[in-house]
Amino acid sequence: MSYSPKVIDHYENPKNVGSLDKNDPKVGTGVVGAPECGDVMKLQIRINSNTNVIEDAKFKTFGCGSAIASSSLATEWLKGKTVDEAMQIKNTDIVEELALPPIKIHCSVLAEDAIRAALADYQKKQIDTKNTLQALNGDAK
Amino acid sequence: MKMIYLDNHATTPMDPRVFEAMKPYFLEDFGNAASRNHAFGWKAEKGVELARQNIAKLINANEKEIIFTSGATESDNMAILGVAEMYAEKGNHIIVSNIEHKAILDSCKVAEKRGCKVTYIPVDKFGRVNTDQIRKAITDKTILISIMFANNEIGSINPIAEIGKLAKEKGILFHTDAVQALGRVSIDVEAMGIDLLSISAHKIYGPKGVGALYVRRKNPRVKVTPLIHGGGHERGMRSGTLNVPGIVGLGKACEIALAELQIDAATQKRLRDRLEARIFSELDEVYLNGHPTERLPNNLNVSFAFVEGESLMMGIKDVAVSSGSACTTASLEPSYVLKALGVGDDLAHTSIRFGLGRFTTEEEIEYTATQIIKTVKRLREMSPLYEMSKEGIDLKNVNWATH
Repeated sequence: MSYSPKVIDHYENPKNVGSLDKNDPKVGTGVVGAPECGDVMKLQIRINSNTNVIEDAKFKTFGCGSAIASSSLATEWLKGKTVDEAMQIKNTDIVEELALPPIKIHCSVLAEDAIRAALADYQKKQIDTKNTLQALNGDAK
Repeated sequence: MKMIYLDNHATTPMDPRVFEAMKPYFLEDFGNAASRNHAFGWKAEKGVELARQNIAKLINANEKEIIFTSGATESDNMAILGVAEMYAEKGNHIIVSNIEHKAILDSCKVAEKRGCKVTYIPVDKFGRVNTDQIRKAITDKTILISIMFANNEIGSINPIAEIGKLAKEKGILFHTDAVQALGRVSIDVEAMGIDLLSISAHKIYGPKGVGALYVRRKNPRVKVTPLIHGGGHERGMRSGTLNVPGIVGLGKACEIALAELQIDAATQKRLRDRLEARIFSELDEVYLNGHPTERLPNNLNVSFAFVEGESLMMGIKDVAVSSGSACTTASLEPSYVLKALGVGDDLAHTSIRFGLGRFTTEEEIEYTATQIIKTVKRLREMSPLYEMSKEGIDLKNVNWATH
C-alpha cells in the first residue's frame, strides 16, 4: 500500500506527541481501540473552563501510519477550537484531508471516537467537580 | 540509499547465473521438448533433462521422479488432491499441521468437500509438529501425512526424518512442502522417508511460474491423479507443454544451491545471528517467534511489543521486510501461524519477518539493525501501550473496547 504525502508527513513529523496530566480537572482523556485489534489511541485535551476553548492537545498512538497520522491531525485541528466546534469534527473530514484509502477508514473512525471520548471525559470531570463543590457548599451550610 | 531486500521468504532475486542459463531457451532454442522428430525438440528436451537431473541431485532423488509444475501451489494441490483421489479406495483421511501454507490448507478444504477427513495437528509454541501427535491421529483410513519442511513465517524446521519413519512404519504416504527449506538445509528424500515433495523455483533464486513435485517411484511406487489433463506429459501426471526456459532456470538454481548450500547457509546464519543479537541487546520487550535453533538459517521473526508492525515498516522504508500485522493484509486478521503458536493478537500485530538471502551483505544487516532499533525507540515514545506498561499497568487487565 502506498501512503499519501500527508500521511507520511504526519508519520515522520507527528504533531503534539505526548501526555497531559490525566488527573487535572481541565484535562479530558480518551483512550480508544485495543492492542488485539492493532490500534490504540490516547488523545488528551486541556480546556480553558472560562472560554471553553481547547488550549492544548496531545496524543499517543499504537497503530499503523494512518492511525498515527489521523490522531496527529486530530490534535492539530482540536487546538483553538471550542468544545462545541470540536464535537463537529467528523471522521470523513480526516479521511478527506489525509486521502485515506477505504481499508484505512477505521483509523479515522478511531480518531473521531478518541475526540468524543476525551470531550466526554472532560465534561464528566466538570459535572463531578460541580457536584463535589455543591456537596461541599451544602456541608458548609 | 539502495533498497535493501530482506523478504526472501516471499521471493528471491534471480541469480544472474540462472538468468544466463535460461536466455538461449527464449530465443534460438525455442523448441517444444515433446517434439521428438527434429533438432529443435531435442535441444529443448536436453535442457529439460539436465534440469531434471540437477533438481533430483539436490534432494537425492532419481530424475524420473521429478514432475514439473507451474509452481509450488500447484505441486501442493496435486499432492493433496491427486493423492486423495488416487488412493480413495484405500482410505480418506489426511493429516496436516495447522501452520501449513494456504496452498495445502485450502486444498484440504476442497478434499473435505469431496468426502475426505482432515486432521489439523497443532504445533508447539516454537511452531514445530510433534511426531507423537501425528502417531495418535493416524487411523486405518489415513492415506497421507503432509507436513511442511520449514515454515514460511517463522522458519521453524519440523522433524521430517522422524515423521518419514513413522509414515513408512504405518504404510502411509508422506508429503512435505519444502519450498522454504530447499537450498537452505540439506534434504534427502531417501534418508528422510519422503514420498512427495513440493519445490518452487523463485524461492531459490530461480524464475517465477515454475516448480516441481517429487513423486517417489520405488518403495513405494506413488501415483497421483492429475489435476490438469491433456497431452499426457510428465508420465501422465501433469499435461501441458513444458515451460522450457523456466525449467532450465529451476535446474540451474538447484545446481547452484547444491554447490553453495553450506556456504550460503553459514553466511546467512552468521548475518541473521548478528541482526538478532543487536535487536535483542539494544531493545527491551522483544520476542522471538519460532524455534531458537531448529530454524532456517535465513529467518528471523520478532515481535516488537507496543509497536505496530506496519508503522514499523514505514519507519524503515528502505528495507523490505514483512509483518504478521493485520494492517498489512486485506483480511484485517493477524497471522494464523503466529496465532497457532499461541502468540496473542496484540504481539502478532507487532511482528516483523526478516528473510535473508544469498545476496544479503554485512553492511545491509548493520544498517537494518540500526534503523529498526531507532524506529522502535521512536515509535515507543509515541505508543500509549509502552507508556502504560512503564507505569506498571498490566495491559492484559485493561478493559479494552475491542472494535
